[in-house]
Amino acid sequence: MERKEWPLWEIFIRSKNGLDHKHCGSVHATDARMALQVARDVYTRRQEGVSIWAVRAEDIVASDPDAKPELFDPAEDKIYRHPTFYKLPDEVDHM
Amino acid sequence: MYTQALDIPPGEEPKRKPDAVENAAYQAEFDARIDAGATIEAKDWMPEAYRKTLVRQISQHAHSEIVGMLPEGNWISRAPSLKRKAILLAKVQDEGGHGLYLYAAAETLGVSRDSLTEALLSGKAKYSSIFNYPTLNWADVGVIGWLVDGAAIMNQIPLCKCSYGPYARAMVRVCKEESFHQRQGYDALLAMMSGTEEQRELVQDAVNRWWWPSLMMFGPHDADSPNSGQSMRWGIKRISNDDLRQKFVDATVKQAEVLGVTLPDDELKWNEARGHYDFAAIDWDEFWNVVNGHGQCNVDRLAMRVKAWDDGAWVREAAVAHAEKQAAREKAAA
Repeated sequence: MERKEWPLWEIFIRSKNGLDHKHCGSVHATDARMALQVARDVYTRRQEGVSIWAVRAEDIVASDPDAKPELFDPAEDKIYRHPTFYKLPDEVDHM
Repeated sequence: MYTQALDIPPGEEPKRKPDAVENAAYQAEFDARIDAGATIEAKDWMPEAYRKTLVRQISQHAHSEIVGMLPEGNWISRAPSLKRKAILLAKVQDEGGHGLYLYAAAETLGVSRDSLTEALLSGKAKYSSIFNYPTLNWADVGVIGWLVDGAAIMNQIPLCKCSYGPYARAMVRVCKEESFHQRQGYDALLAMMSGTEEQRELVQDAVNRWWWPSLMMFGPHDADSPNSGQSMRWGIKRISNDDLRQKFVDATVKQAEVLGVTLPDDELKWNEARGHYDFAAIDWDEFWNVVNGHGQCNVDRLAMRVKAWDDGAWVREAAVAHAEKQAAREKAAA
């Protein structure tokens, strides 16, 4: 029988309530239930998480690393978007 | 770790096509990033040789973790107490986990898990020479934790800062867990050393057998390690084989003393001028012999992996069939 490789799932773990899910790796699994089960065994053996997201890797879209300049550089010269741009009198600078 | 499947949206072509692989401008940009200590991520352009080196190193590392489950797994059913058994189960499970973190990291470089497994099972891929030595008694399990995992930690800590992001992040996770491995091993040996004379002899015997193979884990001398220079240049390797080996010897002498065992090397002594311990020459013939497949357990280890893979074939197939059937039912019901 022709071998079919199990699909790849990207795994995201919320380490505790109040924090975002964070990417931690991937697993192979044939369905969603197995992906969660395997992710639990591989990535949370020491209570590293309280919640797991598993996403089929083929369903993720990502920006092209080479598009970095046009995507992100336009924000570079907009320093007025940061609070530190504004020099206020010392007496009120901690507002 | 992100994978080759992490694609840009359909209809949008990546700017750099495969024909850009040898592009000098990209190469210069890559070199500059390496020099600046920047991290290379999965989808970034990288020279083919860098990619190949990483695939080889990360997959060999993963194979070592997987094969590394065997020598200790051998003792799970014969652990001397429930406590030691629970600890050993957790440790062996960790080794499996480490293998999986690393396979996932290797897959981000565009190789399939199956092709990596196939390379291991066919004998094409190498794994660490240390796992081709037998575990003869319970003390071996403790010594593996103390010396073998101790050497692995020395090797692996610098990899947490290697230039390839997915590998570095996997190694951070691995290193956190390795510390438990080393400490549980030393703890098991301490227990034996406070036991009978016979138990102490078993520990000493295991140390005698594992000491030199542990030193060999750091690989050939720098002068005989032709690829090391390039790996250093690429930020994959941060500290040379000989320097890591020296660090390991320096750290271990005191631990042996506290434990009450002798390291099997008459030439081992503190060198005030160097600020390091001197130690005897390593038997590299033995090392190459084991690497080239003639160690005591090479045939057994591989046969075990092949059997596990073959015996599991029906499970892999059944899981796929089940998932397909469920998907078809859901589609029909929709």
